[in-house]
Amino acid sequence: MSPPVLVDIAFWAVGVVAVVAGVLVFVVDSMARATYALATSFVAVGAALLLMEQTYLGVIVILMMIMEMAVMAVYMVMFMGMNPALMPMTMVHSHRAAIGTAVTAFLVLGGGAVLVPWPTGGAAAGAGVSGVTEALGTAIMESQMLVMMAIGPVMVATIVVGVLLSSSRTRYDRMGDDLDEAPADPPAPSRSARDGGGA
Amino acid sequence: MVELVGALAAAAGVTVGCVALAWVSSVAVAYGGGRGWRLALTDPVVETARLVRQRRRRTVEADVLLWRIGGWGLLPVAVLLLALVPWGGFTALPSGHGVVWANALDVAVWALVWLLGWGANSVMGLVGGYRFLALALGYELPLMFALVAPALAAGSLDLGDIAAAQDGVWFGLWMPVALLAYLIGVVGFAVHGPLAAPAGAETAGGVMAELSGPDLLVVRLGRHALLGAGAAVAVPLFLGGGAGPVLPAAAWVALKAVGLTAGLAWCAGRLPTLRVPRLLEPLWVVLLPLVVVQDLVVAIVMEVA
Repeated sequence: MSPPVLVDIAFWAVGVVAVVAGVLVFVVDSMARATYALATSFVAVGAALLLMEQTYLGVIVILMMIMEMAVMAVYMVMFMGMNPALMPMTMVHSHRAAIGTAVTAFLVLGGGAVLVPWPTGGAAAGAGVSGVTEALGTAIMESQMLVMMAIGPVMVATIVVGVLLSSSRTRYDRMGDDLDEAPADPPAPSRSARDGGGA
Repeated sequence: MVELVGALAAAAGVTVGCVALAWVSSVAVAYGGGRGWRLALTDPVVETARLVRQRRRRTVEADVLLWRIGGWGLLPVAVLLLALVPWGGFTALPSGHGVVWANALDVAVWALVWLLGWGANSVMGLVGGYRFLALALGYELPLMFALVAPALAAGSLDLGDIAAAQDGVWFGLWMPVALLAYLIGVVGFAVHGPLAAPAGAETAGGVMAELSGPDLLVVRLGRHALLGAGAAVAVPLFLGGGAGPVLPAAAWVALKAVGLTAGLAWCAGRLPTLRVPRLLEPLWVVLLPLVVVQDLVVAIVMEVA
């Protein structure tokens, strides 16, 4: 493996990238740039996890965050008022409250990270890298599993219903309420209008 | 020092291999598309010479930074993808999580193609970018579940372990649905054949509409390289890696990668481009459940065996 000094330098470097890219989100004046600055910040965090030899977590963070930001860019451009994608915009609104909230959140989280008595030696040190991964997985998933299992279906249902309500082109529009008609492609908006429903 | 030289040599080798696979893909797409052998073979060279000399065209208020990131990022992603492939005993970028890395790299294409369409500040580019994300949602889920099958059968996320686990029967033979879903995904993230709507001719090239000169060249090269690299990753995943008689393992990996690239690109060249809304239903309603059943079959086989 590379010398520990190089790993330390790389860790601080990706840390700086993460913070700078995070700040850029609020500096740039384009929605696309803001979204991808955030993606860059998250990818740097993923790289930091890789440097901590949490390879699986690191790759997953990189994978999920690129995917999420790619989709989120579309939603941001689509749903923000005044179409900030096509004209200069800022991600900061109500400056004073925003700065206050940001500083408070930073102090609370940063203070937590510094002041919490992290386990050193004993099980954590002796377990090795795979032991740490397992311990982390247990800590995240074991006691929270019931909550995760309950939230999962609710989230999926929310997504499905949200898409259904916002979509004007579902299979019911193409194939009728009982899905037994010949598919109309493109879906005829008249079909739901004909049945007296609002499209 | 020796390590550094070795790493540089590996990087150069993988890059050259990627360009070679891109050339194979380009020839096969052109030949499949009905151009004669002669034109198909010489086209990449002639087009390269033409585009290198072509002057850049600019659009009004283009976001050049994002545009160039999108265009010039495709080839590096393909090179990294190819670097994951084990050549017998040697892997340029060995990783215990090669399958997840391959997945993360193909997801990076989501960002790049959308940025390519966005950056030009042109209607056609925007249409292409949005089409790609819709399409990506369609092919990516079957692709992700397809990657589960070989990893499950080998009990490892390491591409080398997965290749080694296929002594005797290639995973592609008893996981045909996973192989199919994977290959559809490769064609999708390379924006070729039936899944080429984001760069469709009816939108004047979509995400590529406003590109010119070297920028156009690297995007074309990148798309073909992605198809080649994606096919090369299928070799350890589904085609037994370096397994084969007489020849050394590395030669078999290269032969299979070239063969699969040529076959896939030829099919992509033959087939018409399909409309994105028409693709989502077969990909999610038909293919995705089939791939999940495939995973289930693999899980049961591994449990019983």
